[in-house]
Amino acid sequence: MSNDAALKEPFESLDRQRLSAALGMWIFLASEVLFFGGMFLGMTIYRQIHPDAIMEAARETNVLFGSINTALLLISSVTMVLADKAAEKGLKSAVLAFLAATAALGLCFLVLKGFEYREDIHEHLVPGPDFKLHTPAAQLFFGFYWIMTGVHAVHLTIAIVAVSTYFVRIWRGGFPFEGSAALPVLGLYWHLVDIIWIFLYPLLYLGGRT
Amino acid sequence: MTDAAAIRSAEAKEPPSYLKAGRTVASWLTTTDHKRIALLYFGSITFFFFIGGAAATLIRLELISPEGRFFTNDGYNRLFTLHGVIMVWFFLVPSIPTTFGNFLLPLMVGAKDVAFPRLNLMSWYLNMAGGLLVLACLILGGVDTGWTFYTPFSSMFSNGYVVLAAAAVFVAGFSTIATGVNFIVTVHVLRAPGMTWFRLPLFVWTQYATAAVIVLATPVLAISLLLLMAERLFGLPIFDPAHGGDPVLFQHLFWFYSHPAVYIMVLPAFGVISEIVTCFSRRRIFGYTAMIWAILGIAVIGFFVWGHHMFVAGMSPFAALVFSFLSFVVAVPSAIKVFNWTFTLYRGQIYFEAPMIYALGFIGLFTTGGLSGLFTASLPIDVHVTDSYFVVAHFHYIMVGGSVSAFFGALHFWWPKITGRLAPDRWARFSAILMYFGFNFTFFPQFVMGYLGMNRRYHHYAPEFQIYHVTSSAGAAILAAAYLLPMGYLTWSLFYGRKAGDNPWGATGLEWQTTSPPPRENFVEQPRVDEGPYLYHPDQVAPFEEAPERRQQHDPQGKSDPTRAGMEE
Amino acid sequence: MTAQTRSRTDRAELWRLSRGSLVIGVALMALLALTLVFAYVPMGAWNAPVSYAIAAAKALLVAAFFMKLKSSPALLTLAALAGLFWLATLFALSLTDYPFRQAGERITAPVPSRIGTESPL
Repeated sequence: MSNDAALKEPFESLDRQRLSAALGMWIFLASEVLFFGGMFLGMTIYRQIHPDAIMEAARETNVLFGSINTALLLISSVTMVLADKAAEKGLKSAVLAFLAATAALGLCFLVLKGFEYREDIHEHLVPGPDFKLHTPAAQLFFGFYWIMTGVHAVHLTIAIVAVSTYFVRIWRGGFPFEGSAALPVLGLYWHLVDIIWIFLYPLLYLGGRT
Repeated sequence: MTDAAAIRSAEAKEPPSYLKAGRTVASWLTTTDHKRIALLYFGSITFFFFIGGAAATLIRLELISPEGRFFTNDGYNRLFTLHGVIMVWFFLVPSIPTTFGNFLLPLMVGAKDVAFPRLNLMSWYLNMAGGLLVLACLILGGVDTGWTFYTPFSSMFSNGYVVLAAAAVFVAGFSTIATGVNFIVTVHVLRAPGMTWFRLPLFVWTQYATAAVIVLATPVLAISLLLLMAERLFGLPIFDPAHGGDPVLFQHLFWFYSHPAVYIMVLPAFGVISEIVTCFSRRRIFGYTAMIWAILGIAVIGFFVWGHHMFVAGMSPFAALVFSFLSFVVAVPSAIKVFNWTFTLYRGQIYFEAPMIYALGFIGLFTTGGLSGLFTASLPIDVHVTDSYFVVAHFHYIMVGGSVSAFFGALHFWWPKITGRLAPDRWARFSAILMYFGFNFTFFPQFVMGYLGMNRRYHHYAPEFQIYHVTSSAGAAILAAAYLLPMGYLTWSLFYGRKAGDNPWGATGLEWQTTSPPPRENFVEQPRVDEGPYLYHPDQVAPFEEAPERRQQHDPQGKSDPTRAGMEE
Repeated sequence: MTAQTRSRTDRAELWRLSRGSLVIGVALMALLALTLVFAYVPMGAWNAPVSYAIAAAKALLVAAFFMKLKSSPALLTLAALAGLFWLATLFALSLTDYPFRQAGERITAPVPSRIGTESPL
């Protein structure tokens, strides 16, 4: 119990409070898994019904953007863990540096994603009358592509905003980051956003490449 | 049960009740007190209950005559959609968990508050945001898809405000997820010293199981609605058959939530009934452990049965067989619960106070609803009654006869704890009985006409069904009176009702050990628990025959208490 | 302790703390390279299972070490497993439907020219 300032009602010990925060976040993450799971189910079923059309569409995504973005998110997960570990030891400048790196990597991901979207639109990969491919079921793939990457980007944006908020609060001082459950819990959320992308990557970028 | 002496000795320096802890509107709107948030929720769900009820009234009015006198086809579609959307997502799903669950869960486990008080308040604001969206949808003209939002009608053809209604449900879903997370963590982390898992009241167990169902099912509803909105707004082909998409996929995702949602509505009701039946039969609950496994069994198996809503939707025969079998399986734990309540009554000292009448009514109506559920689980009968009034009657028996009866039972049972006042007893009993008869008048004819071929969602119908519709509408008027009466006498009791005292029913449970209404911090001193729940009589001794003098005193109306004699209203 | 020695011990401590995570990070990048290479190796039906197996391995590393499931109370793992169990339920029971559809109710691939004119069913 290094820091009583982090203790809030209705808890009487910091350990219980940290356990509660972690448990609450894990339960929410289970919920998130099912949220994305619904879309993965849809893709699984359509891929089974229309294997050729879906593979044909999957070839159209830009594997270079996808792979660089995967790497960015994996690295950002490492920096997020390091921020958390530094916080446990009370190393303020290291916490700030790692949080800044995490948010910056997340932003890079979004910027790259934006360029990728521009290219997709340019190549007529938005479902509609002038869609690039003529197989109708190929549009199903891109329907899911836009929603899944879009929803993931929303999650990542929320995570970046949260990381930046904590960066500012710790930078200004007075925020009891050593004992607070905020950073580990934020880390859990960040890693889940990463894990979702880990599964989106083979689904959206690696299919039909052979 | 607790260290009652310590509490009593502390009574001299009693802190003010949670109601008096702040009097400004801001002190209510920014409160993090779970009891005040429960009352905020109570206000909002009551509001939506009466909006949904007004829609139901108009529906029953329209159905009195077979030629559809008052509404256009489109108007009637919008009416029953609105009734369904509001009643399901803005009354039934949040009803017991966000009001009685919020109020009682921390009290029952002996905690100061829920684990995340600010998240709890945010949950109410999210619910209000969803509520505003649904009201906006109502004012602009409503939706005509039915509460199930089936594609491709909802995504491509409907000319109602589908996106607005779906967004309302989406936002309200987040609010229930927040409540669910809060409840699970509270039960895991904040139980009082000595309050082991197998000493928890069954109400807490049902709230825990409900929270788990909410957290795991609601996201799938959210994603199905999000996909629907994307298809409607941006023309992305997700469920579009012209692109090889499958509209039945939407139904799979929708019912993965919406069948477990029935258990979100009825599991908390099970908890309420367990509390009331034990208290008013002065009897330990029969099969406490079996009850817990039944609760958890329903919560888990309830996820395996969603396909029985889709038997005629073009699903594979293999899936239909699997879902039919699993739907029969989920009836087993429900039956265990009904039998255990009945065995609890056996050799008990039954007192017919108003909450008990609601509870007994629940058992009867829930059993009828559950048994008719077996009909609809069975493939050949379901094909015959699909989309008929038989199904309408079945789920109203569960959701209205079950959940709403339990809600009113809970309201009367914990009213003294929440407000510190007793409700007028005769009026309460009268409206409980009235509700039971009004309900059966309304919905039993619907079983019959549904079986005979009356389709749901039509306002033109063959004249031979008119007698059933008229009976049903007459019953609905009685039912409406039974819902409105408590509004009157409960409000009256706030000002003129007799002061309740800490434990007017002589009930067990930590919530009755503190004052009525409880202080902000719930307990003056941290309660400690060293016994199981429902100890209404010594172990192995039925109350009536062996030891009548040993049972706890039950004297809610204070007739035998000379100090109270002058306080009759 | 002077400011300089303090910052040196801090740096040493930080290095000691972060070594493990950096190793996991390198492993993750290696797996990413591996899955990218395998995507271009023709393995017929095996391409998809291999790429998802590698994704699962990456997710497992992140969950066990970055999300600290390995060193946390079992309760947190239980919450994670609950999510996976219900996801498996959603998949398993939905897949009792699609592969077993009867001929008339199977989803067929629509031909391009028929788009917008009529539904394939």
